[in-house]
Amino acid sequence: MSFLSTLYSAYAEIFLLVMVSVILIADLFTAGRTKTVTYLLVQVTLLGCSLITVATHRDGIDHLFHHMFVDDLMSDVLKLLSYMAISMMLVYSRSYLLARGLFSGEFLALVLFSLLGMMVMISASNFITLYLGLELLSLSLYAIVALQRDSAIATEAAMKYFILGALASGLLLYGMSMLYGATGTLDVNAVSSAIQHGVPNKALLVFGLVFVVAGLAFKLGVVPFHMWVPDVYHGAPTAMTMLIGTAPKLAAFAFVMRILVEALQPLMVHWSGMLAILAVLSMALGNISAIAQTNLKRMFAYSTIAHMGFLLVGVLSGSNEGYGSAMFYAVVYVIMSLGGFGMILLMSREGFEADKLSDFKGLNQRSPWLAFMMLLLMFSMAGVPPTVGFYAKFAVLNAAVQAGHIPLVILAVLFSLIGAFYYLRIVKLMYFDAPESHERIYMQPDSSLLISLNGLGVLILGILPGTLMSVCAVSVQQSLLLPH
Amino acid sequence: MSHMQNLYLLVPLAPLLGAIAAGLFGNILGRKWSHRITIALVAVSFAASVAIFKDVMAGHQFNGTVYKWMTSGDASFEVGFLIDRLTVMMMLVVTFVSLMVHIYTIGYMEEDPGYQRFFSYISLFTFSMLMLVMANNFMQLFFGWEAVGLVSYLLIGFWFKRETAIYANLKAFLVNRVGDFGFLLGIALILMVFGTLDYAAVFANAGRYVNDFAPIPGVSWNLITAICILLFIGAMGKSAQFPLHVWLPDSMEGPTPISALIHAATMVTAGIFMVARMSPLFELSETALSFVMIIGAITALFMGFLGIIQNDIKRVVAYSTLSQLGYMTVALGASAYSVAVFHLMTHAFFKALLFLAAGSVIMAMHHDQDIRNMGGLRKYMPITWITSLIGSLALIGTPFFSGFYSKDSIIEAVEYSHLPVSGIAYAAVLAGVFVTAFYSFRMYFLVFHGEERFGKDHHDHQGDHDDEEVASDHHHGLAPGQKPHESPWVVTVPLILLAVPSVLIGLVAIEPMLFGNYFLDAIYVGENHRVLDEMHEEFHGAIAMALHSFISLPFMFALAGVVSAWYFYMKKPSIPAAIKQRFTGVYTLLDNKYYFDIFNDWFFAGGARGTSRFLWKFGDVHLIDGVMVNGTAKLVGRFSGVLRKAQTGYVYHYAFAMITGVFVLLTVRTWFE
Repeated sequence: MSFLSTLYSAYAEIFLLVMVSVILIADLFTAGRTKTVTYLLVQVTLLGCSLITVATHRDGIDHLFHHMFVDDLMSDVLKLLSYMAISMMLVYSRSYLLARGLFSGEFLALVLFSLLGMMVMISASNFITLYLGLELLSLSLYAIVALQRDSAIATEAAMKYFILGALASGLLLYGMSMLYGATGTLDVNAVSSAIQHGVPNKALLVFGLVFVVAGLAFKLGVVPFHMWVPDVYHGAPTAMTMLIGTAPKLAAFAFVMRILVEALQPLMVHWSGMLAILAVLSMALGNISAIAQTNLKRMFAYSTIAHMGFLLVGVLSGSNEGYGSAMFYAVVYVIMSLGGFGMILLMSREGFEADKLSDFKGLNQRSPWLAFMMLLLMFSMAGVPPTVGFYAKFAVLNAAVQAGHIPLVILAVLFSLIGAFYYLRIVKLMYFDAPESHERIYMQPDSSLLISLNGLGVLILGILPGTLMSVCAVSVQQSLLLPH
Repeated sequence: MSHMQNLYLLVPLAPLLGAIAAGLFGNILGRKWSHRITIALVAVSFAASVAIFKDVMAGHQFNGTVYKWMTSGDASFEVGFLIDRLTVMMMLVVTFVSLMVHIYTIGYMEEDPGYQRFFSYISLFTFSMLMLVMANNFMQLFFGWEAVGLVSYLLIGFWFKRETAIYANLKAFLVNRVGDFGFLLGIALILMVFGTLDYAAVFANAGRYVNDFAPIPGVSWNLITAICILLFIGAMGKSAQFPLHVWLPDSMEGPTPISALIHAATMVTAGIFMVARMSPLFELSETALSFVMIIGAITALFMGFLGIIQNDIKRVVAYSTLSQLGYMTVALGASAYSVAVFHLMTHAFFKALLFLAAGSVIMAMHHDQDIRNMGGLRKYMPITWITSLIGSLALIGTPFFSGFYSKDSIIEAVEYSHLPVSGIAYAAVLAGVFVTAFYSFRMYFLVFHGEERFGKDHHDHQGDHDDEEVASDHHHGLAPGQKPHESPWVVTVPLILLAVPSVLIGLVAIEPMLFGNYFLDAIYVGENHRVLDEMHEEFHGAIAMALHSFISLPFMFALAGVVSAWYFYMKKPSIPAAIKQRFTGVYTLLDNKYYFDIFNDWFFAGGARGTSRFLWKFGDVHLIDGVMVNGTAKLVGRFSGVLRKAQTGYVYHYAFAMITGVFVLLTVRTWFE
């Protein structure tokens, strides 16, 4: 076996790394403010990654780099969705960033580096690889938020994100070191079997678990590790917010799966209780605080917190259905968030951020089609049938009911009900209030096509959720090799 | 057989197509084409019914599913047809009367702006009624049942700018809801007990459920009795039986053609048809049969009394319809289902005739409906006169006329019935004969004979109508000196065509329908209820029956009724006035229709409004909106404001929250260890 063929499963990551280097250099030699060449190269890179990921897919689970890296169905699916999310993010945000002079080669390179970090996280099968991917992702994101150097609010957001992120990384590493101390290994599967065979110091194990969960909770942004979310979402330029709020959530989901399910499944009784506390607090605080917001980005930040709480309900069910529905929920959340932030980006112009609730007043009179797309997205976030948001919530709740978490399900439904208020308020503003300005909305053809696909996709996936649902269920089942 | 199935489908679908054409495209088609299309399609339906009749008489019956609508659990809901001799007879009656009414409408509604709408409605009604009678399961029966109710509602309120019409159609709708509620409960009980809504399956298993059940602990009911009484409550609403009869007289606010079609010939007899169709169920419960009989007897007699004092020509006919429906119901109670259906058929012809003749008179009188303003119309409207006379003779049961055969058979069947209440019922139906003859000929004499009272300045007693707009005023009457004239041929031809069966159908049909095993297994009569067999022994042919009747009690009663009507209203018009003076109490009671309307308005309508007001003011506005909806919303909003303050913006507060979170998780973990 040649050396290259042993890397077979990591071709996508290697290709991406090569291309980032190429793009960094190529960017130096392309003139012009619009960066068209660089931008197209990035999109081609994403397409290439997708093709490679599809082409190198093999049934079963492959390990390489001495069991540090894993390639399974779940990682392939999540990577493909991450490419898609990044690509859509770039289409949505290009004109926004161009108008603000932020569409630079560094930005594009950082986006691709963050993607590489996500891919490493998704495919990690060792705590070290996990941490490596996480830091690559996080450092890229800190830099991206800080990219708008002359904006006080953006730099403040980057600073907060960095400091709290460092604290969370510290908690995570501390937890991992304790797990190492208890089991003597950092390998995901070895940790699992070590715990199953019994460890001398159970307290150390549980202690480690708590710190690991705290680290995870920070990445997901669930209460009480959520405080960075509203400030960063609000402070960062909308395009950066969109990046933070979408694809990394898929990586975070993989992170949860790798650590809690693959490595620490034997401790499920312990972590499912913790997750339940975090989930209830997140759904409560996220949904209730969102009501008081007047800034749309801040509102989406709290909505994210609530959605992540919901996702945890699926995870803590501890069954294949639960994990599958949580993955489905993560994917649906990413699609909805892309649409939601995309809408803000579309409405923004040079020197004007359409991120206040009042900016959406009377949108129906200005652009009925955009208003309708936003209506679909809001309905989906609120969980109104027949949009896909309903099925995502339904699947998660169904799994939780089957796992016997009835009180949790009742709370989840109650908080979703409260949440419906602020989503529907936007619909009300769009359809029943008079517009504050009658300025025309200029849209690039690519982003306006994308928002239509995005909005209608939410509806079509809601009517025909079967395929995506079974993809999620099968990939979780095949990758984690859980008993039924 | 598949071409027969297509024919079955054609029967209801042709009028539906007509309804859609005239209803949705009436403005494009115009008046002429709207009536041409609807009439042609109803004629197609009638022709198809005749063909099916021949086929059924040749021994081909059909019972099958046409379309499966949905499946829920084990229950499936289907559209299906049951074509047997009972169905095909109803199909013939419905399509024939409907065709006559369609043609008649050309003349009657000539000047009405809602011409196309009217044709659309009556075609839609024909479709609904056919779906009802052709059903082979309870789901479709219920569909047809509600659909005819809907069209009835729409047609009573056809002149929707008239306050009284709106009141009447709302009343009809609400009263029918009471009946339909019972009906629906009955169907639900059937579905619960039998697990199917298919007629054949239900009838086949009915015998197994004669046992008791206890819906509420401590109260024990007989299952079949409960089902039958609930179903019959539906029939009471639809067929206007006491005490759910109150809507039918008011329904006369609708145009006369629909009074003939819906509120005399077809829809109101749906209840009778339904009970006859359900004979295998009703036969299992003597309690239900007694209930049916007593309700019918009350309706037959007491509604007849009300006919005596009415002055509106249509209302007289309406009360007569109520009373005749009572007769049919009594026959059902006596297990003489075929007699009830027989009377249903003859009644459909002669009552449609009477209504259409009344409509012809109303047209001639320029929409004055008060019989006190008529008189002597015989020489102006010869065709209307002779056909009305035929209708009235048939109604009172003159020998050889169709009504005689069916009504006498009912009286006889009650006489032979062994039910405990049959004695009272017999007295009621016998007395009813006199009452029927009296009010029928009172109307006949006042309209067609005697002094000409029209064209005079007689509008004082209804002066309020003169203030109304001309467009909504249908009571304007003849101008002084103006003479009435006979109606156009589109009106008189249906009268003549209906007069023929009114005379002959009884003579022709009594033997096969009652004693000749016409219905085969469509109607089932239990071992100990075979009154028809006893009657058969006395029966020696239709002619003999008529000849024999001249010395019978019902004939005497009828004759007495006619003679007294003639004497009171032709000879000595002072007598009724004197009676009215002497028996003011009775007259007031009748004039207020036994105070049913007042009681209903006060108790049910007022009570419902009061309860609703309480629930709205206190329950909804105060409790639900105030405390629960707005209260929780306010609470959440306030809480949200508090939580918002927690987001201070200081990074050390955020870090503190994280560390606290770790501590909380640790504490919880160690707590549970």
